[in-house]
Amino acid sequence: MSIAGGTTLQQRRRFLENISRAAGGLALFSMGLGVYSRQAQSLPAEALRPPGASINETEFQSACVRCGLCVRDCPYDTLKLATLVDSVALGTPYFEARKVPCEMCEDIPCVKACPTGALDHTLTNIDDARMGLAVLVDQETCIAFQGLRCEVCFNVCPLQHKAISLDRSHNARTGKHALIIPVVHSDACTGCGKCERACILEEAAIKIMPLKLAKGQLGQHYRLGWKEKEKAGGSLVTPDIEHKYNLPEGETYDYAGEGLKQNKAMPDTPFGKSALERLNQGLQK
Amino acid sequence: MKLTDTTNTTGMDAEREKGWWLAHKWLLLRRIVQFSIIALFLLGPLAGIWIIKGNMSSSLLLESVPLSDPFVFLQTVLTGVSVQQTVLMGAIIIFVFYFLVGGRVYCGWVCPINIVTDAADWLRRKLNLKSKVALSRNNRSIILLAILCLSVFTGMLVWELINPVTMFQRELVFGMGISWLLLLSIFFLDAFISRRAWCGHLCPMGKFYSYIGKYSLIRVNAAQRDRCNDCMDCYTVCPEPQVIKPALKGSADQSPVILSGECTNCGQCIDVCAKDVFSLGHRFINPELHNSKSDTSQREVSL
Repeated sequence: MSIAGGTTLQQRRRFLENISRAAGGLALFSMGLGVYSRQAQSLPAEALRPPGASINETEFQSACVRCGLCVRDCPYDTLKLATLVDSVALGTPYFEARKVPCEMCEDIPCVKACPTGALDHTLTNIDDARMGLAVLVDQETCIAFQGLRCEVCFNVCPLQHKAISLDRSHNARTGKHALIIPVVHSDACTGCGKCERACILEEAAIKIMPLKLAKGQLGQHYRLGWKEKEKAGGSLVTPDIEHKYNLPEGETYDYAGEGLKQNKAMPDTPFGKSALERLNQGLQK
Repeated sequence: MKLTDTTNTTGMDAEREKGWWLAHKWLLLRRIVQFSIIALFLLGPLAGIWIIKGNMSSSLLLESVPLSDPFVFLQTVLTGVSVQQTVLMGAIIIFVFYFLVGGRVYCGWVCPINIVTDAADWLRRKLNLKSKVALSRNNRSIILLAILCLSVFTGMLVWELINPVTMFQRELVFGMGISWLLLLSIFFLDAFISRRAWCGHLCPMGKFYSYIGKYSLIRVNAAQRDRCNDCMDCYTVCPEPQVIKPALKGSADQSPVILSGECTNCGQCIDVCAKDVFSLGHRFINPELHNSKSDTSQREVSL
């Protein structure tokens, strides 16, 4: 068959050849890029997104145009843009808490700078940001659990007492001291990373983790009885008969608090008020 | 490619006739514009003078005017995510600009990759290298189609994960990573493997911008085409030589204006032509009017 042929058959042949070549190339290119894009959706746990970024990484990556305006407006040089060698999607902004944490600016300049809304402009109070969640991941190395006073993570926390509080518990090793344990509360922690940055250990025992990794979630069907009871204003099933101890007269039991209680308004005993009076009883008569 | 007899005599006639400066006028202008844009972006991070902030994907001019790459914007929209008005405004501004001046003016006058691919082509001419691999110019359309479809199906900005153009533009402004290696690959590809491989055959951004500029106002024309002495120099230097023929060799009733959206308005044909066949003007040039007269007014249009 001649190459420069002009018959309809040859033209059709060439047309089909070209179409197949294009389709083949298209399929190969799309598959390669498609597979790569799946991998690129997995953000490394230590890479944190700026405030206001969607928790859904795919959503964030499709809204972010990689312009770097958030990076430019970050006054603390916390944010940086990912390059090819970083395992974060190319050109997207992120920070690492252990290196430079978020300083939680009140005016949130990074969010204001974002032209696409990949950083959600409805975020106006930085305390509402959820960049991640601090988790005291290693109780074996955290020196607070050894009974030593540290509390550095608590001290640097921008939302002290709300995001991190100090709870006391018994020190079983010495038997006479307290453990002063930092406890993170997910309803207030923004994931700014100042605690991770400040942790005095060689490798931080408290780390900011992506919310997806840090938080559990109760099954949709699961109900907590006491909460349902509270909501309904009473028991939803046959009310329990209240449990009662068979206690001596004048004594009660408080289930939610102190336990055994002596009623102060106990009637006077026939035995008088003090031991001496008891001994002298009868002598005076 | 038929231009195998190319030697480095290209442009010598023009230099002799017009002098070195006039024979490189548009090239110099283009380089000044390209480097000025890079300099403007760098002025902020290096000198603290924030005339423009961000990068070519999206930026803020004088702390007030948003500018956004319509190609990235289109991909974002196709992923189905809802975006802020700012980026829409920016994309419209840039779109209107290129709609008027020519879509691929972006390629020839703005994109920093062009400096590298032009250098590769210059080297190719100097060393008199022949194309080893023939690529189809349709490749970029296929790649563009694939990217747009993938944006829809994956719901992600897939192309921006690997796009060497935005990567280099970004790293130029935000600190160089390893995108220079990619650029080096493009240089070698263009210089030693296939002529104008990246910009002319592979880059989907250029293809996208060629659609924006399909009806653009500012155009190169061959109004003085009767002076043409068939030296072929314009075909040799043109990054998209297929666009010249209809205008230069068209019949009398055909417009002498280069109407293809692929033309980058780079003006290399104007520079290289010893006979001043080409000039920059608008798209509504009437061949009857301009064929005989000297056409100085059209040449003065500046970008």
